[in-house]
Amino acid sequence: MSQGSHYYVPAPSTWPITGSVALLFMGFGAAFSVNKMPLGYGLLAFGFAVLIYMLFGWFGTVARESESGKFNQQVDKSFRWGMSWFIFSEVMFFAAFFGALYYMRIYSVPELGDLEHKSLWPDFTGDWPTAGPGITEKFMPMGPWGLPAINTVLLLTSGVTVTWAHWALKLNKRGQLKLGLFLTFALGFLFVGLQAYEYGHAYSDLNLKMSSGAYGATFFMLTGFHGFHVTLGSIMLFVIYCRVLKGHFTPENHFGFEGVAWYWHFVDVVWLGLFIFVYWLI
Amino acid sequence: MAAVHDHDVAHAHDHHPSGMMRWMMTTNHKDIGTMYLWFSFIMFLTGGVMALTIRAELFQPGLQIVNPEFFNQLTTMHGLIMIFGAIMPAFVGFANWQIPMMIGAPDMAFARMNNWSFWLLPPAALLLLSSFFVPGGAPAGGWTIYPPLSVQMGMGMDMAIFAIHIMGASSIMGSINIITTILNMRAPGMTLMKMPMFVWTWLITAYLLVLVMPVLAGAVTMLLTDRNFGTNFFNAAGGGDPVMFQHIFWFFGHPEVYIMILPAFGIVSEVIPTFARKPLFGYSSMVYATASIAILSCIVWAHHMFTAGMPVTGQLFFMYATMLIAVPTGVKVFNWTATMWRGSMTFETPMLFAIGFIFLFTLGGFSGVICAVVPIDIQVQDTYYVIAHFHYVLVSGALFGIFSGAYYWLPKWTGHMYDETLGKVHFWLTMIFFNLTFFVQHFLGLAGMPRRIPDYALQFADFNMISSIGAFGFGLSQLLFLYVVLKCIRGGAKAPAKTWEGGKTLEWTLPSPAPYHSFETPPVVR
Amino acid sequence: MRPVTHCGILELLARTVISNQVGGNMSSKAAASIVGMMAIALYSGLGMAAADPYQLNLPEPQTIIARQIYDQHTMLLWICLAIFIGVFGVMFYSVLKHRKSVGYKAANFHHSTTVEIIWTIIPFFILVGMAFPATKTIIAMKDTSSPDITIKTTGYQWKWGYDYLTGEGEGISFLSNLATPRAQIENASPKEENYLLEVDNPVVVPVGKKVRIIITANDVLHAWWVPALGVKQDAIPGYIRDAWFTIDKPGTYRGQCAELCGKDHGFMPIVVEAVEPEKYTQWVAEQKSKSAAAVVDVSKEFTMDELKAEGEKVYAANCVACHQANGKGIPGTFAALDGSKVATGPKAGHIDIVMNGKTGTAMAAFKHLSDVQIAAVVTYERNAWGNAAGDVVQPSEINEFRK
Ligand code: HEA
Ligand code: HEA
Ligand code: HEC
Ligand code: CUA
Ligand SMILES: [Cu+2]
Repeated sequence: MSQGSHYYVPAPSTWPITGSVALLFMGFGAAFSVNKMPLGYGLLAFGFAVLIYMLFGWFGTVARESESGKFNQQVDKSFRWGMSWFIFSEVMFFAAFFGALYYMRIYSVPELGDLEHKSLWPDFTGDWPTAGPGITEKFMPMGPWGLPAINTVLLLTSGVTVTWAHWALKLNKRGQLKLGLFLTFALGFLFVGLQAYEYGHAYSDLNLKMSSGAYGATFFMLTGFHGFHVTLGSIMLFVIYCRVLKGHFTPENHFGFEGVAWYWHFVDVVWLGLFIFVYWLI
Repeated sequence: MAAVHDHDVAHAHDHHPSGMMRWMMTTNHKDIGTMYLWFSFIMFLTGGVMALTIRAELFQPGLQIVNPEFFNQLTTMHGLIMIFGAIMPAFVGFANWQIPMMIGAPDMAFARMNNWSFWLLPPAALLLLSSFFVPGGAPAGGWTIYPPLSVQMGMGMDMAIFAIHIMGASSIMGSINIITTILNMRAPGMTLMKMPMFVWTWLITAYLLVLVMPVLAGAVTMLLTDRNFGTNFFNAAGGGDPVMFQHIFWFFGHPEVYIMILPAFGIVSEVIPTFARKPLFGYSSMVYATASIAILSCIVWAHHMFTAGMPVTGQLFFMYATMLIAVPTGVKVFNWTATMWRGSMTFETPMLFAIGFIFLFTLGGFSGVICAVVPIDIQVQDTYYVIAHFHYVLVSGALFGIFSGAYYWLPKWTGHMYDETLGKVHFWLTMIFFNLTFFVQHFLGLAGMPRRIPDYALQFADFNMISSIGAFGFGLSQLLFLYVVLKCIRGGAKAPAKTWEGGKTLEWTLPSPAPYHSFETPPVVR
Repeated sequence: MRPVTHCGILELLARTVISNQVGGNMSSKAAASIVGMMAIALYSGLGMAAADPYQLNLPEPQTIIARQIYDQHTMLLWICLAIFIGVFGVMFYSVLKHRKSVGYKAANFHHSTTVEIIWTIIPFFILVGMAFPATKTIIAMKDTSSPDITIKTTGYQWKWGYDYLTGEGEGISFLSNLATPRAQIENASPKEENYLLEVDNPVVVPVGKKVRIIITANDVLHAWWVPALGVKQDAIPGYIRDAWFTIDKPGTYRGQCAELCGKDHGFMPIVVEAVEPEKYTQWVAEQKSKSAAAVVDVSKEFTMDELKAEGEKVYAANCVACHQANGKGIPGTFAALDGSKVATGPKAGHIDIVMNGKTGTAMAAFKHLSDVQIAAVVTYERNAWGNAAGDVVQPSEINEFRK
């Protein structure tokens, strides 16, 4: 596998600075476009294109370095630490939004409905789900047992298939590996598709929107960021799938695969939290 | 085990990139450390110029130099720039330079990502600073960007939000890199409990960063959607709560202040033993104290919100937890004192700054404890007393730590000794003007001067004048520091490998200036 | 009136020394001589008049809570001073004696579990000693039950509104604006004694009565703070918070908004006037008769000139801070009304934005103004500066709009 005991320090590279240029454009582009300024979307799209180019280039370089055996055990271990802490940081990002949900349900909404606040919001009762005391537009919350339940099954199944693929990889059964991976990202994309359908349903049938107060905001932001992560994860799985097709990874050495699998499990666990706290317990 | 640098590959096509390209493409921890340090110094001057403008406006009662809207922009940007642009990157610069050298590693664990962590900062700074030039101007809601005021702001606020996102990404990548380097790249024999204190403090700081930066990202994202996409996280009419933002923000914000002080503790813990020629007193209790501070820092955030209105139990809990932090911090102060006790001390500039640090940081710590007592905080919250408190811990804390470390390691970085006389002059000027600027602000705060105001009642006139004079003196003194550094880079007495008689850590076994690739063959630590 | 341009450093030094001898008690004198220039010691035990330019400490407390705060602060200062002298006494002894230049040889000890445990535990107990009285004060501070008078205060950008809800004076309601003339702020005329701390309508309360103050805001966060009363509480839009005070002595107590609330955050003072109960009764009677005189029938028809005249006043009190006297606003921040599409377009849109504001911008809802006031200010805006909509909005229309 590895080329002896050297810790690999990469040569100077243009990828990082390319990524910075991308984010520079995206930052300005995003700020301009949310303020409906000219050029906004153009800058954003350009930055995004550069970012995609950078990601392909950078990860491609890493994949090549890996395949040419430059990474020893110690480098592999670095990757493991790195990925773990990255996932931890993602957990904290979601924690902020779960915290907001918790705060609104336990503190702010009941407080707005209490006796003290009758002088400001006379008719508000403080029950969940709510759009809040000042928003009169009515909406229906999203029930758990339709699409969300199906989505849960999909994601849980994909957790199984990715584990199956991993076992296959370790036993060097490439056929099963390919099938397992294929099923995993297919389920992932299906999930995203259904989620998009659910949003359509929310907007058109339930009158549930981003602007539907506390419930709408937490619903869309939590499921939205989760859906975004599923999309990313699916794309990553797809990339791994392509690498498998090209013959990458060995039973001993396949951190690229494992990292993505970890990420996938993380996305899965977040969904369970969502299913329980956003959909189920209302 | 040695490090292989990807030279064979590099040789093949483009040779060592030179000029600008070298810096933009580098994967070398020292190059990157250098860039971090220069970036931070430039940001320090930028934030400093804003501070001086604030002080100039406050020189006398009445509106003279800037109008109130612009004043608020200056205050906000001064805070943001100093925290995210000056202090944090400076410490990351130190981490980059020193950690691989101090633990005997070839480089950082993720050398290429390291480059990205740095190069994300200039775009973020550009985004943040150019908000001055868009309609509505820069964000003017304070560095704490509390809604609903921050929801009212113009597009400068969105630019700041995206800048914070980018800086956050940079910080998270930088911290992951540091954690991994420390956990995975130590020289054989260097167990965790043999690591230099500076490395320990950065390990813990990096954990804190990974823990809280994503939470800040979440908070500003909610702000962004409240501003632009109709959500109601911070709007009572929609069932949200402005105070919720404060909770999320300070869950980040309080650990953040320790992120800015722990590495300074680390630097001071290197400097004091060196110049006392005596080992650090209570090494293991220093490690535990640092960890306790970090853990406690995660459960005290609401001490910034004592006037926001909380149930009694909440106030009591956060008051007790906050006060508890004085215990581990006290352990550190006492240990430093014990390290100096019966040492054989000399007082070169790094040591002067380290002693200045302990002296003034402790004062700032005391005013912190006074703020932590809820009834007293009711009086001093959002006044100049708080401004005085945090400049004592940030300027004479974090910044003095940075100066101390810079003088300490400059010979190792440049290969030349800095001008000792000028260094000492810099210290004394800084010390005197610092106190002139900020000591009187305690009085102003107690007597009732609110913070973030461009104009004030006549009763506050004289102390403000003193403070402003001090600020200009302080600012000018920093130009001396710039001069000393430049002079040291361009020449001076040749620095020996072991620059300081008392230096014990691994970097002093390397020649000065340190070779481009520090430890190609890792040293063995016994 | 004090000239504000003189450089007061020398005077300051002289004054602190003198006042320490005159105002300070024995112990503070002793401490001061121990630590020499250590000004920390100077500011204990020196209660000074509110407008003293060299006031080093909290203002003289006027309520029981403020008194407790003052005393706890003094206690903490002494404790911190003692620790400070202890720690730095040792350190500077070491700095002086244990230096290489006097030939001192370094010892080599590097830990002592006993000592370390001791200096972990002692600070802990010191902190317990600090927290104990504070806990009692917090509990007292939060007890807003059974007030004699309840006043609601609302923070607006940038003024305070007061409504007397229960107790003597119930029903009184007014706005309280900065009274310091613009010219003083812009240095065009000399600054008077209470520069920036004067309002047109102070809150009047009786001494010796428990006043509960309910605090909220209309637009952004503000904070209602009067140092001498020991009360500071954020005002949060959409939420209610409360605090209480009982003032011992008649007097005028001044404070300021203490939470950044935008452009004029520095210009929204609070003035509380505490009077004897009899005088308070008198004041209530005056207010009542004033407001009785001001009540008008909403169905009354007004002429354009009447409305414009009244509207100009309302505009000056409520809108001018943002939209400016010339109606041009502040480009990029506050919309111009002169030539604005809304202010020259259909009436309904204009009334709507004034009544309901526009979420996500600084334009707050102004529903709390009376029908007459809103009708007047809308009419004024439609016909002032270059605007010539030519139409009149009657209070009855506003009344209709409310339903
Ligand atoms: C480097 C940054 C830093 C550090 C280290 C600290 C340290 C501390 N801070 Fe500070 N703080 C800030 C930066 C920092 N702070 C900032 C930026 C703000 C304002 C933010 C804003 O609003 O903009 C702030 C605000 C702030 C507040 C809110 C004030 C308000 O807005 O009303 C409070 C209240 O509890 C507080 C408390 C403390 C305490 C108890 C410590 C403790 O960690 C101090 C502990 C140290 C000691 C106590 C000294 C040494 C100890 C001994 C010698 C032992 C014996 C001592 C005793 C028994 C007392 N800080
Ligand atoms: C993190 C560190 C940090 C540092 C280092 C500083 C440094 C300084 N700060 Fe800052 N400050 C904050 C963090 C910091 N501050 C924060 C977080 C806030 C709160 C913001 C808020 O309320 O939201 C604040 C708020 C704040 C206020 C209150 C503003 C208000 O409430 O309205 C004041 C007022 O005096 C002030 C003053 C100063 C001064 C005089 C310095 C001096 O140390 C600066 C020294 C000056 C220089 C370094 C300038 C050097 C340059 C030159 C001499 C000119 C060279 C010329 C060219 C380059 C052309 N600061
Ligand atoms: C705190 C600042 C502030 C105050 C006080 C204020 N306004 Fe405004 N006003 C604004 C801002 C900001 C806008 C622009 C809103 C937007 O972005 O559309 C605005 C918009 C308006 C408009 C619509 C103008 C247009 O062309 O869009 C009218 C009419 C108006 N205000 C009337 C008033 C009246 C009447 C008052 C006083 C009773 C008042 N405003 C007080 C900030 C303020
Ligand atoms: Cu109102 Cu500050
Ligand atoms: Cu804090």
